[in-house]
Amino acid sequence: MAFDDTTRAARAPRLNMRTRRALWVWAFLALPVLFYGVIRFYPTLDAFRLSFTNWNLMSPPKFIGLQNYREMFASPDFWQVFRNTFAYLIIGTPISLLLSFTVAYFLDRIRFGHAFLRALYFLPYITTASAMAWVWRWFYQPAPTGVINSVLGAMGIGGMDFLRSTTWALPSIMVTAIWAGLGFQVIIFMAGLRSIPQTYYEAARIDGVGDWAILRKITLPLLKPTTVFLVVFSSIGFLRIFDQVYNMTTNDPGGPLGSTKPLVLMIYQTAFNSYQMGAAAAQTVVLFTILLLISLLQLWILRNR
Amino acid sequence: MAAADTTPATAGLPMPKIRPARILLWTVLFIGGLLMITPILFMFSTSLKTAGQIYDLRLIPQSPTFSNYVKVLSEGDFFRWFLNSSLVAICVTLSNCFFDSLVGYTLAKFRFRGRQFVFIAILSTLMIPTEMLVIPWYLMASDFGWLDTYWGIMFPGMMTAFGTFLMKQFFETVPDDFIEAARIDGLNEFTIWWRIAMPLVTPALSALAIFTFLGNWTAFFWPLISITSSELYTLPVGLTSFAVEQSIQWEMIMTGAALATIPTLIVFLLLQRYIVRGVMLAGLKG
Repeated sequence: MAFDDTTRAARAPRLNMRTRRALWVWAFLALPVLFYGVIRFYPTLDAFRLSFTNWNLMSPPKFIGLQNYREMFASPDFWQVFRNTFAYLIIGTPISLLLSFTVAYFLDRIRFGHAFLRALYFLPYITTASAMAWVWRWFYQPAPTGVINSVLGAMGIGGMDFLRSTTWALPSIMVTAIWAGLGFQVIIFMAGLRSIPQTYYEAARIDGVGDWAILRKITLPLLKPTTVFLVVFSSIGFLRIFDQVYNMTTNDPGGPLGSTKPLVLMIYQTAFNSYQMGAAAAQTVVLFTILLLISLLQLWILRNR
Repeated sequence: MAAADTTPATAGLPMPKIRPARILLWTVLFIGGLLMITPILFMFSTSLKTAGQIYDLRLIPQSPTFSNYVKVLSEGDFFRWFLNSSLVAICVTLSNCFFDSLVGYTLAKFRFRGRQFVFIAILSTLMIPTEMLVIPWYLMASDFGWLDTYWGIMFPGMMTAFGTFLMKQFFETVPDDFIEAARIDGLNEFTIWWRIAMPLVTPALSALAIFTFLGNWTAFFWPLISITSSELYTLPVGLTSFAVEQSIQWEMIMTGAALATIPTLIVFLLLQRYIVRGVMLAGLKG
């Protein structure tokens, strides 16, 4: 009896403390839980729901099943946009990774003025993308105005149309995007290179392994997690490209003739120029699906390591 | 370092401190770096030229003038947009520093029912692209009358899963003993977080602050959608409308672009070390 009482007496304040702590926890989490529910999860579900409706903001949304998807997949415009988006991704990602790895690999060996050189490469990353898009747009202008064409002209090469050509506009915009993201990738690659233990390199050198073999047999395999992260990060960046395209083609967004239009610009125009909210929501679901697949691919690659 | 220096010495070789290959490598990297900042240099250079001089592509203007800046600042709404961007970026940054830390701390340092669920739920929002949410946000904002207001620009970014995850990682390194000791001293849980735990994670907090600030300062997509009146434009959106109006007056456009870029450059020059370290932290944790 007495024994029972003392345990209860001893336990009472402990339980009390535990409930009090739980109260603190949920007091801390109350606003965040509300935020994530209302500003993240509800809109996600809403986007799926809207993608099955026909809605122009004027009349109430009408359920139309898969019609938005059917129309989207039947439209040549969508497939052009789809091709453009993947052109940014499939050409842009390898080029930017190759460039940034090369810079990081050699910059890592430089001691003199290291921080200064690094700053030069990193600087574009922190600039405002929409502002720098206008600088690049100016660079790409025809001869007397545009810097690039003037330099080409001085070298005896005829003018390039860059942003006015359906062939060259997309690569021209892609260069701007690669330029803007390069600094970030260089820094991440350098962090990855630093995390490889020096002893591996020393052991390899003692065994007389050459630089090229060290790069292929030690550096690249050990750098795989970093590389996978950057491939995914950069792919997602190119899939969501918007600021550069919008600002470099304001007179005909996504032009000429839709040759530079990425998915996000199409979503923007469908939703906020044509006010076809349902069709735009269906396009965002496509974007979401692609991003999800890429993320899953990343998990799968890193698991198989 | 010491090992590298002694090896050639013991081998009886002269110490080739500066090798030609190194100088070549340095020069190539330096030229590459100069190419990287060429657009930025030309932007500033042209912003200091008059309309008649812009076809002269010399990097250093012959007679530099600030008249474009005076004109853009007095005619355009740049000063207003600058304040708008600052207000939005500062408010969102403060909110993220507060809430992301609070949630990160709670998830790292409390054991409670539902903890794993809350963590996974927040983390899973990383998978959802902003572009998917803008349509529902737009409808929500229009229902609540938030369109074309500061709050309308800010509300979607008040908390982020990325920041929460980053802060959680760092709060996990704070020893539990510190927190227990503070509890015995009778401090309440909020004070323990704010006074004891927060000062121990300032590197992560400053990285989060810098990222959130720069991210919101340069944000374009959502402000473009949610704001329609020119007085409420943020700097990037304002710049776009200004540049479209200027058409081919490139010296004016470059001046506007320079005005939009200068604040980020100042932040970078002042906080370079923290930014680079922050990118490494965030990149490796993310």
